[in-house]
Amino acid sequence: MTETEAAGARRRGLILRYTAGERTNHWIIAITFVLLALSGLALFHPAFFWLASLFGGGPWTRILHPFVGVAMFLCFAVFAARMWRHNLMTRDDARWLRQAGDVIHNREDRLPEVGKYNGGQKLLFYVLVVCLLGLLASGIIMWREYFSFYFPIWAVRAASLWHAVFAFVLICAIIVHIYAAIWVKGSVRAMVRGTVTPGWAWKHHRAWFRQVRKEPAGE
Amino acid sequence: MSMQSLDIKRRSATTTPPPGVREPVVAGGVAKLIDVSKCIGCKACQTACMEWNDLRDEVGHAVGVYDNPADLTENSWTVMRFSELENEQGDLEWLIRKDGCMHCEDPGCLKACPSPGAIVQYTNGIVDFHEENCIGCGYCITGCPFNVPRISKKDHKAYKCTLCSDRVAVGQEPACVKTCPTGAIVFGTKEDMTQHAAERIDDLKSRGYENAGLYDPQGVGGTHVMYVLHHADRPGLYHGLPQDPQISPMVAFWKGLAKPLGVAAMALTALAGFFHYVRVGPNEVDEEDERKAEEEMRHD
Repeated sequence: MTETEAAGARRRGLILRYTAGERTNHWIIAITFVLLALSGLALFHPAFFWLASLFGGGPWTRILHPFVGVAMFLCFAVFAARMWRHNLMTRDDARWLRQAGDVIHNREDRLPEVGKYNGGQKLLFYVLVVCLLGLLASGIIMWREYFSFYFPIWAVRAASLWHAVFAFVLICAIIVHIYAAIWVKGSVRAMVRGTVTPGWAWKHHRAWFRQVRKEPAGE
Repeated sequence: MSMQSLDIKRRSATTTPPPGVREPVVAGGVAKLIDVSKCIGCKACQTACMEWNDLRDEVGHAVGVYDNPADLTENSWTVMRFSELENEQGDLEWLIRKDGCMHCEDPGCLKACPSPGAIVQYTNGIVDFHEENCIGCGYCITGCPFNVPRISKKDHKAYKCTLCSDRVAVGQEPACVKTCPTGAIVFGTKEDMTQHAAERIDDLKSRGYENAGLYDPQGVGGTHVMYVLHHADRPGLYHGLPQDPQISPMVAFWKGLAKPLGVAAMALTALAGFFHYVRVGPNEVDEEDERKAEEEMRHD
């Protein structure tokens, strides 16, 4: 499957960045994230309580949110396990992050060469891992129907606060993630159709571009 | 329950003020005063509560103490708590406290509730759950400093003592007050109850209870259910009545500053992205990049 996908992309003069499996996994996580953010915000701030209507009202929002959360965690766990080896921080990534000014101003030529992921993407990866673990742990403690009564009240209170904090960080991180995809043209296509042009790979992920060229049928 | 005849002072998950044109006649609101020193532990108040509110708890098991049922439940909104104390003189004191909602002036349940109008506080101080708006999340339990609300396993709604808001609305005292055979529970304006408590405390002091006092904890802005305690210096003796209850700082931050700050920061993050696009613009791959990539591929 992977062989043919990569070979097919190459035949069309393109480079395969995400397999169909990876894309599916990504978009399941994305859909669950949107559902969780909307239902979570409904329960977080009265200004957003109307969003509960999207889920069939307050009680249904309360019922569904934690189950969708568990689904998101499981899908993300698979995704993160597959991505782990591509997201180890290097000295170049640290330099890339220090040069955030050049990144923001599209002065990519001044930045160190980037592998499959740049420093910012790797940072996002770790932020997501920490947030998802935190959200799962705190979410279980505050899941009144099945779990809260196993925990002392101070733990439920702490979990409620931390759940909001992790969710806040996650939502901000995902806003940045979505914006980056809109900003760096060709990224959305990579995650929707799986492929990028050689020029895109050369410009944004040169080390990965060279590495992929060496592998006969992609990775 | 919705009571049109009672004016609303606070409403859960509502950021605009409730209708407030009518000034409350009694500024301090109402209060129930429970004189622990007069209580004989007969549980008539529990029965009256069941009767008036049409509640029947499941028949449970004896757990070796007089408390029956053993805890507050969605069907038992008040429970007599029996504590045995061996005092300094070596005598036994049987401390009996009627447990239930304290009707805090600053209610932690209402602060924590995410569902608009599921919890209200009337201008007379009564804190009431409107179960038709309850979503069953249990945040009221998280917010309560007294461990009072209970969620029904059947309908997943939160329940607690209403201070008989329906009776009070039509000029009657709560059912527990009406039935108490020793006059240990009295009801009136908070001012009158405080005054009455002072007389009771004087009496208790004259009979050797030098630490007698009123339990009206200021950490939650005072309560609309108050106790006269013989050992007001040690409320913990009465089945763990908290010494200085207040809304937990974690709940206060979660349901206070965190809400506007969090929403503002999320909105600003999105705005920052939008204006970056407007000012700096997209990062695009041009012909030159494609050509260089081609060139490099040819060398492979």
